[in-house]
Amino acid sequence: MTIVHPCDISVAVTGSGGAGAITAGELLLRLAGNNGCFGMMRRSFGPQIRGGEAAALVRISHRPVECMNDSFDLLLALDWRNAERFAGEIQLRPDSLIIADPAAGEIPAAIIDLGVDIIEVPMKALAKEAPGGRPNMVALGLLVHWFGFCDDLASQLIEEVFSLKGESIVSGSRAAFLKGFTEPLIVEAREARQLPEPGEPKHEGDRWQMSGNEGCGLGALRGGIRFAAAYPITPASDLLEWLAPSLEKLGGSLLQAEDELASINMVIGASFGGVPAMTATSGPGLSLMLEGIGLAVAAEIPSVVVDVMRGGPSTGVPTKSEQADLNVAVYGLHGDAPHLVLGALDHADCILTTEWSVRLAEALQTAAIVLTDQNLAQSRVIFPKPEYELPAIPKRLTAEQSNHYQRYRLTDSGISPMAIPGTASTMYVADGLEHCENAKPSSAASDHEAQLEKRWRKIRDFDYGNYWADISGQGQTAIITWGSSTAAVREAADRLRHNGQKVKVIALRLLLPASPEKLAVELHGIKRVLIVEQSHSRQFHHYLRAYYDIDAETRTHARPGPLPIFPGEVVDQIKNWSAT
Amino acid sequence: MSQASTPIQIKPKDYKSDIKPIWCPGCGDFAVLNAITKALAFLELPHEDVALISGIGCSSRIAAYTSVYGFHGLHGRALPLAAGLKAARKDLTVLVAGGDGDGLSIGGNHFIHACRRNMDMTYIIMDNEVYGMTKGQASPTTAPDWGDSKLTPGGSGIRPFQPAGLALTAGASFIARGFTGDPNGLARMLVKAIEHKGFSFVQALSPCPTFRPEQMDWKHHVRAFEEEATADPIIAAQRIQADDGMSTGILFRRNLPFFQPGASAVETDTAGFESEFEL
Repeated sequence: MTIVHPCDISVAVTGSGGAGAITAGELLLRLAGNNGCFGMMRRSFGPQIRGGEAAALVRISHRPVECMNDSFDLLLALDWRNAERFAGEIQLRPDSLIIADPAAGEIPAAIIDLGVDIIEVPMKALAKEAPGGRPNMVALGLLVHWFGFCDDLASQLIEEVFSLKGESIVSGSRAAFLKGFTEPLIVEAREARQLPEPGEPKHEGDRWQMSGNEGCGLGALRGGIRFAAAYPITPASDLLEWLAPSLEKLGGSLLQAEDELASINMVIGASFGGVPAMTATSGPGLSLMLEGIGLAVAAEIPSVVVDVMRGGPSTGVPTKSEQADLNVAVYGLHGDAPHLVLGALDHADCILTTEWSVRLAEALQTAAIVLTDQNLAQSRVIFPKPEYELPAIPKRLTAEQSNHYQRYRLTDSGISPMAIPGTASTMYVADGLEHCENAKPSSAASDHEAQLEKRWRKIRDFDYGNYWADISGQGQTAIITWGSSTAAVREAADRLRHNGQKVKVIALRLLLPASPEKLAVELHGIKRVLIVEQSHSRQFHHYLRAYYDIDAETRTHARPGPLPIFPGEVVDQIKNWSAT
Repeated sequence: MSQASTPIQIKPKDYKSDIKPIWCPGCGDFAVLNAITKALAFLELPHEDVALISGIGCSSRIAAYTSVYGFHGLHGRALPLAAGLKAARKDLTVLVAGGDGDGLSIGGNHFIHACRRNMDMTYIIMDNEVYGMTKGQASPTTAPDWGDSKLTPGGSGIRPFQPAGLALTAGASFIARGFTGDPNGLARMLVKAIEHKGFSFVQALSPCPTFRPEQMDWKHHVRAFEEEATADPIIAAQRIQADDGMSTGILFRRNLPFFQPGASAVETDTAGFESEFEL
């Protein structure tokens, strides 16, 4: 596949756990930003804390990138231990370049068989010549030269990052970096390949670098969250860890729970007390929370759950990504339990979607499940500082003092004033038992139907505006997708348009309630629809079949994780279809 | 004359709602309701500043029978819901109430962690050694040879545990056992429990006339502990172990730091720390 962007280089840095591959990748990404580039870094690692395998997958480009490219231009191996575990994730081409340390043992035959160019740099030995330096800093030097980045900026960054470890580490790291940066073999290799110059550092507008988990945390706080309950789970823990100090700064609090059954009920308790509240989890935790989410729906308590999806079922592939919790988020609650489900589309969108979810949950007094995945959550991306303006959404409707207060009053909108403890004369008992308007338990058929209808009405009749989906392009072919697959689909559409093919991309952000009328308008005149998702059982396809009418000829490109969807495979789907 | 200038004494019945309890005649839980309302009246707590949180079961219905704020939530999950409420609203007086199945079986994990967390709240277990709402099954406090349940014919064969001992081991800072046959004594105990700063646990022996009619005989067996409350967990453990579970009184009381998360705000919005994402 031809690469569209003039400068778009993908690099994989691999090593055994503790070798520093991730640190080298993180510094490279930051330097890309400092040198005026955009970029993305995914971490790939096993569940082992030490002694496993780790890979920093870095893509650097002159335009914003939100997904990995189909293959890697360069693989730098600090060592070859466990290299076979990355074989599926790091696609190489015959013209890819390999940088390896001759002291690290034999290069795997599968790589040599590709016919790739190999440069052997004694990174370990060079690091030894720089006391306090490590091979990963030699590797950073090689890579910074390869990209043509400024060595002064790198030197500054090394000081900034390692200053707490002492002067000897800073000077050793710098010396090791320079050994890599000036290594004749890499200088020669770069010249031979005539790589594009990255140009002068430029700062057109502010740029941010953040992970999807941080984006969700920030969006939650912007939306007004001031309490979080937390039970550790990969890959959601770092979202909760970001929230803990941030909530305190805002006068809120985070409570570590004994399990996810507790954390969802803590959220409900805090929100009952009038404080917007959330938790974050992943598949196994979401399963445990479902009964509680149903309680939030029945008792009409605003509650937000961010589910960072990972490979399932059961413990599944806990450190890697999949879009396969859609079913449980949409259909998992027992009884008729209308609630909100939203999916973030990219890193900046994690901020917007989570803020929107919090505001909707507060306004509609219901539960909102926000879906992201490991691919979004734990990768870091450089993007233009996000600017967005959500439509005006009313705050939670609270009750004034009243002698005739009815917590679950049947209003036209379905939204009834919610009394907050501390307010005199509006005492009530929130209840997961079906109840009548005054909150007293009732199993009467009329009350059940009226309250079910009220809880549905408030969600159904709300005006969600234009944010239900992100739509770009036009043509007779549309690709419908959601979540982190959106980035690959957008890039695929760019490549197709570059080759003269018109494609419309529809990425659904608001999944429940569904917006069938709005989608129907967008699909007017569309002849072919490709559905793209990262789920073996085609959960998104089935969801679309359940809630929407799609008259166009439809195909699905669905496969399981943990490999993210790549732009090339989406391009191939459309090309093959066009050829038939 | 304005109302404000006339001191109005709050009566226990002012804390009751107008809903008629679903409880069977003779159920001990009526006495727990009376004891709670008496304690609230004695403490003159404004209705709006009290929240009573409960789970699911006969006794958990109690939230709806009071006129304070309340939450009748999920089976076994009253304690974490209360913890979230207290974390967010430290100004409220938080009471939690439920049965032995709700609190010690399905909610057992939350019980030990609530004891350990020691947030400032009061938890009342109405212990009748049976699941009542599901029509009579053995609970974690039922004797192994109680054979009246169709679910475990001939008895569960599993030894019960002692809630007070569990609470002590898990770190509760106030542990008491009361009896519904002595509602005034129970009310006085609840006053002390509510006044205690930290997690206070009160096990209320509350007979079930329907599924455990033999418990109506408890009034002949219950007696007060001879000793005053101790702050020494070893002495408390010895008393709990030496006892048949029928002695009442405050068993253990110790001033320990109670847990209240959160801090004063140093930022008014997120703008102050968004700079961490800027390149």
